[in-house]
Amino acid sequence: MPETLLEARPDINADLTADSIRQEDLQTEEMLVNMGPQHPSTHGVLRVVLRTDGEMVLEAVPHIGYLHRCAEKIGENVAPYQYIPYTDRMDYLAGMNDNLAFALACEKLAGLEVTPRATLIRVIFAELNRIASHLVSIGTYGLDIGAFTPFLYCFREREMILDLFESACGARLTYSYITIGGVTHDVPERFIDVTSEFLDYFEPKIEEYNQLLSHNHIFVKRTSNIGVISPEDAISWGLTGPVLRGSGIRWDLRKSQPDLGYDQFEFDVPVGEGIKGQVGDCWDRYYVRVLEMYQSVRILRQALAKLKDTPGETLDKRGKTLKLPAGEIYYELENPRGQLGFLVQGNGGAIPARVKARGPSFCNLSITSHLCTNVLLADVAAIIGSIDVVMGEVDR
Amino acid sequence: MAPEEIADLLKKTFGDKITEANFQTAQPHVVVDANAWPEVARFLRDDSRLRFGALRCISAIDMLEDDQLWAVYDLDSYDGRPGSRENWKRRHAFCVRIKTPRTNSRIPSVADVWQAADWHEREAYDLMGIVFTNHPDSVEGPEGTHPRRILCPDDWEGFPLRKDYAFPMEYHGIPAVTEYGQTRPIH
Repeated sequence: MPETLLEARPDINADLTADSIRQEDLQTEEMLVNMGPQHPSTHGVLRVVLRTDGEMVLEAVPHIGYLHRCAEKIGENVAPYQYIPYTDRMDYLAGMNDNLAFALACEKLAGLEVTPRATLIRVIFAELNRIASHLVSIGTYGLDIGAFTPFLYCFREREMILDLFESACGARLTYSYITIGGVTHDVPERFIDVTSEFLDYFEPKIEEYNQLLSHNHIFVKRTSNIGVISPEDAISWGLTGPVLRGSGIRWDLRKSQPDLGYDQFEFDVPVGEGIKGQVGDCWDRYYVRVLEMYQSVRILRQALAKLKDTPGETLDKRGKTLKLPAGEIYYELENPRGQLGFLVQGNGGAIPARVKARGPSFCNLSITSHLCTNVLLADVAAIIGSIDVVMGEVDR
Repeated sequence: MAPEEIADLLKKTFGDKITEANFQTAQPHVVVDANAWPEVARFLRDDSRLRFGALRCISAIDMLEDDQLWAVYDLDSYDGRPGSRENWKRRHAFCVRIKTPRTNSRIPSVADVWQAADWHEREAYDLMGIVFTNHPDSVEGPEGTHPRRILCPDDWEGFPLRKDYAFPMEYHGIPAVTEYGQTRPIH
């Protein structure tokens, strides 16, 4: 259906704003509502305590830590090579990217270079995982708002990406495929062809999600002009990833710090442009993820073509016995949810003295109480969903 | 600006409040006197040559041998205009460290300079026990005001990431089990 037809329908709620509800509503009293930790739209075990007055939320305080597994303490007790499986349990929807961020931090500290072929395979899997992660994010965001169908479509395509991962490393969720010194195995035979076929199949599907969800009238009404983040706030709160770019800030570590050879690929950085409402609203953050999938497809096509003419080893065996020199490094990588940072402190031995993870979801979530002030109760789910948190990464 | 130039500018402005500078590492940094930190932080954010708008991370490090706790602030400066077609660039990145004694640690909060510091400081208190004074989300404890815990329960005892932390063998009647009968981790 053309978009204009949807736009032309009369808006029955045109004059109903949050202020008018509060003024015209009957006298109510304040009530504390406990949302979570087992609430379906909190994406895991997030608990938000809401102070409400009727339908209005006056204050929202997030309580986290329900999934705290002492990941940083474990990092001080095992070698980097052994810590890789713990990293993909942080952001379990983007395990490849988490492995990659930690591997790069340790390699940079120890001065270990990986082969060009391993780097290309890393980029391919990182971008595939970005698509898979955004598919979950888009699908479950529809689910939060009440649209069940797009979720199933998104998972259909995600399944194919997981099959590709399974063919390469045997795992479907927590891969530990990208490791210190490269990747554990070379890609299987016909991987390049199968992935190219998948990309040809997948790219038109993004338009399908747009028709199903992005331009759906109900979805737009629920998400546009809700939870607006100004560019100044976005920077000051330390937001990163699609949440930052949703506010119109064209900042992407793949462009500003092109470590993995991202400067050799042609791609754009999509930002929120306020198509359905104000710049920086929930819809913008959602739509940035949709557009990023197109860009990931672009990068993948170029990387796959390059991989064909890049022979070589994929794993440097020195990674297993890596010694970390004394000193600290802080390294960030652009993950699907934002910048995942690792601070690794070495002391000359094989086991790091300190590992600190900066989860992008952790920083992005911190703006919740600022956004969920004086909004309608139903908007809280829309706002939290648009920030797209993975609690495994918030709590670590 | 290169890290050396940033450090020179800070030294010129704040003199002996900048106690150390180290560039021969993977993380070039300066060490700032804890009491001067909010003033320095405001300068880092507002000065037109620096404009460190983004606080990327606060990492707390336990230096048991030196009897010190470190708070490591990683800063980033984005260069660009909202709504522009151009990609934003990194102006420069920098690292500031604050050192504080392990017992009675005190660092002034910078949550009013960078909002992002709020949760990072709560985490650094929760896991490492660095007390940030004037934190916007503070509670009263037996040893004075400190930021509210964030990951551990409010009644948790001790700071798990300290090197001399002993595992609690019981919590509210729940017995704890450690591998190989170990009562504390290697570090």
